[in-house]
Amino acid sequence: MNMDFGVFCKSTLDGEPVQHCISSIFGIAQNADPSYLDWLMQAWLWTIAVAGLSLVIALVIGAVMGTLRTLPNSGLGSRLLVRGATAWVELFRNIPILVQVFVWYHVIPSFVVPLKELPSYLLVSIALGFFTSARIAEQVRAGIQSLPSGQMAAATALGMNRVQSYRYVILPMALRIVIPPLTSESMNVVKNSSVAFAVSVPELTLFAMQAQEETSRGIEIYLAVTLLYALSAFAVNRLMTWIERRTRIPGFVGTSTDPSLAH
Amino acid sequence: MKALLFIIYGIKSALVASLLVFTHSAIASSATLDKIKSTGAVTMGVRESSIPMSYTTGDSRFDGFHVEVCRMILNDIKDKLGLSTLRINYQPVTAQNRIPLVQNGTVDIECGTTTNNTARQRDVSFANTLYVEEVRIAVKANSGINSISQLAGKKVATTTGTTSVQILRRHEKATGVNFDEVFGKDHADSFLLLESGRADAFVMDGSILAGNIANSRNPKDFKIVGEVLSTEPIAIMVRKDDPQFKAAVNAAIAKIVANGNMPKLWDKWFLKPIPPKNSVVGLELSAATKNAWANLNDRPAEDYQKK
Repeated sequence: MNMDFGVFCKSTLDGEPVQHCISSIFGIAQNADPSYLDWLMQAWLWTIAVAGLSLVIALVIGAVMGTLRTLPNSGLGSRLLVRGATAWVELFRNIPILVQVFVWYHVIPSFVVPLKELPSYLLVSIALGFFTSARIAEQVRAGIQSLPSGQMAAATALGMNRVQSYRYVILPMALRIVIPPLTSESMNVVKNSSVAFAVSVPELTLFAMQAQEETSRGIEIYLAVTLLYALSAFAVNRLMTWIERRTRIPGFVGTSTDPSLAH
Repeated sequence: MKALLFIIYGIKSALVASLLVFTHSAIASSATLDKIKSTGAVTMGVRESSIPMSYTTGDSRFDGFHVEVCRMILNDIKDKLGLSTLRINYQPVTAQNRIPLVQNGTVDIECGTTTNNTARQRDVSFANTLYVEEVRIAVKANSGINSISQLAGKKVATTTGTTSVQILRRHEKATGVNFDEVFGKDHADSFLLLESGRADAFVMDGSILAGNIANSRNPKDFKIVGEVLSTEPIAIMVRKDDPQFKAAVNAAIAKIVANGNMPKLWDKWFLKPIPPKNSVVGLELSAATKNAWANLNDRPAEDYQKK
C-alpha cells in the first residue's frame, strides 16, 4: 500500500504543491490558492460549528422537555404540558435523522417561506438539535424519576412551590446523575453532524467525498477525516468528564466509584 | 528406415507441439484473456443509475450505451478465443469502488462513466474513448440566463464528489466571477435544488443534465445553455498490468467503429426512448465525440483541457 500524504499540501485549483502548507493553517502565512489541508481545516470548523450549535439547542430543549414529562398530575395545565412534551419526544425520535434534515431543508421552507432565507447550516443544526433533544429529554426524565419520591415531598414540606422544588432540589441531583449518558449523546452529535453534507454544508464528510474524487487519494483523505472526527468526539468526552468531576459532590446521589471519596 | 522415419516423425511432432505451446503462451500471457478462456465467463462492471451510459433496467439487468458497446467487444473477444458461449456477470460498481475492483481483478472490464485522467492512469488503463462528456449549465427556461458570466452572485448547484465542483472553483478563480455554490448529495438532489428554486443553475455533465431534464415533471421548464465549461473523455476501464487484453478491447472497438455502428448506438441511447420509463435523453451528438470516433485514442482529460 503506497500512501502519499503530500496530497494535503497540494493546491485545490491546479494540484501543484503550495508554498505554505503547514504555516498557513496557523494563520502565519497565506497560500495564493488554498491547499487541501486549508480546506480540511475549514471543513473541521464547519463540523465543530454545526455540532456545537446543535448540542446547545439539544441540551436546552432536552432538559426542558425531560423535566416537563415528569410533572405530577395536578390539573389540566400540567396534563397538557406532559402530553405536549411526550408528543415532542415521540415525534423527533421516531423519524430518521437524514429524513428530518431533508424535511427542514426542502419541505418546511416551502410552507414557511421566511425559512428559505436561513442558511443551510442553521436549518441542519435545528434538525439535529431537535432530534437529539428527544433523546436527551428521555435521559433527563430517567434521571429525575430515579430520585426517591420523598425528595419532592421534602421540598414541598419546606414550603417550596413546584418551580422552586425542581430548581433547588430535583434538577441539581438529576442532572448530575445523567452526565454519563449525556456524554455519549454529546459525542453522538459530533458524529451525527456528518448528515449536514446532504444539505450542502461544507463539513468534513463533504470534504472527504469531494477531495477523494479530485485527488484519487481516498485512503489518505478518509484517514485524515476519521482522525479529526475521533479527535473531536474524544475532546467532547474529556470536557464532559471534566465537568462530571468538577460538579461531583461527595456522598451525593449516584455513588462514585472513586475510592478517595468513600466514607 | 522405418525406425528413422519414426524418429523424424517424433522430432516433427515434438517441434509442432513445442510450437503450439509457444504460440499458446504468447496469447495466454494475458491473465484476463486466460481467465475468460478457462472459465467461459467474464465480469463486467456497471453503474446502477448512470442513464443512458450504464444503468439497471430492473431485475439485475443492465443496459446502456457503454454496456452495449462492451457486450459487442466481449462478443468479438469470445470469437477470437474460439469460445462457443461466454457468460457475462454484471457487477454493479460505484464511483468510490470502481478503481479498486478493477485493480484487484474482481471486475474485468468496467463499462460505466469513468473519466480517463492521468491520476487514474497510475492505477488502471483505459480503452479508446467512445464518448466525450461536456460540462454544461442547466437553468430554468424562463430565467433569462444564457451564459456563465450571468451567474455572478447567483446560487449554482453541483453534485458532491464530481469533477464539476473543481471546474467551478477554477472558473471562479480564472474569471473573478463569484458564485454561491450549493452541493447536492447526488444528481437527483442537485436537480431538486434547481427545480425548487434553491439554486439558479445546475452545472454538470451534459448527459446527466439532459437525463434529469427528460425525467422531470415538466421538461420544457428547463434548458441547457451557455459555453462548454470542460471536456472530458469517458472511457471503458481495464486492468493496467494486462496490455494484451487492452489491445484486444481496442481492436474490437476499432471494428465496431469501422462497421459504422457508433451513430446507430448514439441514436438508440441518446435520441430515442429508452427503457425502463421510455424517456428520451435528447442529447445531440457533439463534435468532440464525433472526433473521438474518427481518431480513436486514449488521451487523458488533461490533454483535452490544453486544446
